[in-house]
Amino acid sequence: MRKCPRIPASWRLTWERRTKVSTAATETKTALSISGLHAWYGESHILHGVDLKVHQGEVVTLLGRNGAGRTTTLKSILGLVGSRKGSIKVNGIEAIGLPTHQIAHIGIGYCPEERGIFSSLTAEENLLLPPEVQAGGMTIGEIYAMFPNLEERRHSQGSRLSGGEQQMLAMARILRTGAHLLLLDEITEGLAPVIVQTLGRVIGQLKDRGFTIVLVEQNFRFAAPIADRHYVMEHGRIAETFSAAELEAKMDMLHEYLGV
Amino acid sequence: MTEIFGIPLQAFLSQLLLGLVNGSFYAMLSLGLAVIFGLLNIVNFAHGTFYMMGAFGAWLLLQYLGLNYWFALILSPIAVGLLGVLVEKSMLRWLYKLDHLYGLLLTFGLALVLEGLFRQQFGVSGQPYQVPDLLRGATNLGFMILPNYRAWVVVASLVVCFATWYVIERTKLGAYLRAGTENPALTQAFGVNVPRMVTLTYAFGVALAGFAGVLASPIIQVNPLMGNNIIIVVFAVVVIGGMGSILGSILTGLSLGVIEGLTKVFYPEASSTVVFVIMAIVLLVRPAGLFGKEK
Repeated sequence: MRKCPRIPASWRLTWERRTKVSTAATETKTALSISGLHAWYGESHILHGVDLKVHQGEVVTLLGRNGAGRTTTLKSILGLVGSRKGSIKVNGIEAIGLPTHQIAHIGIGYCPEERGIFSSLTAEENLLLPPEVQAGGMTIGEIYAMFPNLEERRHSQGSRLSGGEQQMLAMARILRTGAHLLLLDEITEGLAPVIVQTLGRVIGQLKDRGFTIVLVEQNFRFAAPIADRHYVMEHGRIAETFSAAELEAKMDMLHEYLGV
Repeated sequence: MTEIFGIPLQAFLSQLLLGLVNGSFYAMLSLGLAVIFGLLNIVNFAHGTFYMMGAFGAWLLLQYLGLNYWFALILSPIAVGLLGVLVEKSMLRWLYKLDHLYGLLLTFGLALVLEGLFRQQFGVSGQPYQVPDLLRGATNLGFMILPNYRAWVVVASLVVCFATWYVIERTKLGAYLRAGTENPALTQAFGVNVPRMVTLTYAFGVALAGFAGVLASPIIQVNPLMGNNIIIVVFAVVVIGGMGSILGSILTGLSLGVIEGLTKVFYPEASSTVVFVIMAIVLLVRPAGLFGKEK
């Protein structure tokens, strides 16, 4: 009787391997994957199990009222909250246990709500401050081409810049570092309409360059035309998610959540 | 003989030099305090103790290892800096989120403990330390006799202070430090290892005090209480200059040394209190200090 051909060891587990490979493939396409995220500031429990996913090259907004937990979600990704629990994967790397300065190096650029321009540094020092985290960031030339004002004001002290210039600078300085996932918190807040328009154009250009962007926005009119998908947050959770195409149909629901 | 306001020029200039020498020590010590306070938010009361240990380091290196002044000038501050790393990592680290007061109390306690240990071991009589051969003697400038070693102290401390100022205000490393002083959380979110920077800053600040201690050892007796004597004046200097200002602490340190020296010439009775009188006036007029910013 002929023996059954032995299955070589290298063939076994093929299915397992295949799924592993394919999850690896989708994982590289997922820039940011958050699941079951809880966050606390001291005693107060702010996030109650946030789940969200952002694919590479996508522009996603976090909408919601003040205090819904949108800023805290961004801060939790970077470990800037009191404590956090759950899973935050950036480019497939688990970040929940990493200290803040290592999280930046897995490819995150962060633009805080208060802009965080250092007043004791010049505009150019601010621009050059964040260390390079990955190869292939934008060059200074490209950045100045995108934000011509910053080149003119490069020797000014950070505190002397106007609100719009500070916002441009806060965006510009994270483009140099090679980070491909940008977390932008309320970048249009308190700015003149013409500057908001410029920022809209900039976000479009960044999207074309392949950046993945998470926008926390209050200004829905700014966010709607540039985003691929929207998440709505309430009480420290994701309440709704829908794509740009579904926006029309969801307007009533959105008005209710945002109270606009 | 030439006189200024009835004081012989010779006496005037030698007190001026003495004031500059003292001012150099004030400048180095208050600079270290300012840098530490800026980034760590800790009022380092142990600063005088690190200064004393720098001087003892020089004496011990000579006594037990036969290493001369020039080796001590490098090795002793390094040893003091390493001790600073240990103190920061094991103790100060836990205090950053608390009120200033806790840092002050801890470093004050640490100063008492370390000083007690040195008193126990070496007594309070003081150990002599020789001026290095290269810097012995004095130079006759025509209008005054300039002791070489004192001139060296002024030059060395000016070089160290302005090099520190340059690094902090004009280099990339300094930009990290300034950014970390202003907003440590955001600086860290950009990927700068702020905890390590904090440790190194503390180490550098106390190493600067150690360096000052080595410079001082041939001038004053190496003595466990030498830190105590100077630190009170240095804190007054820091209050006058404004906590956290780099250039402010250097300039205030030097000028108060000079003012103190000149007071010795014109009204000796006030020489030990003049700094505190100035401190009181500055606190009344500009509570944040001459160079400080309101927080």
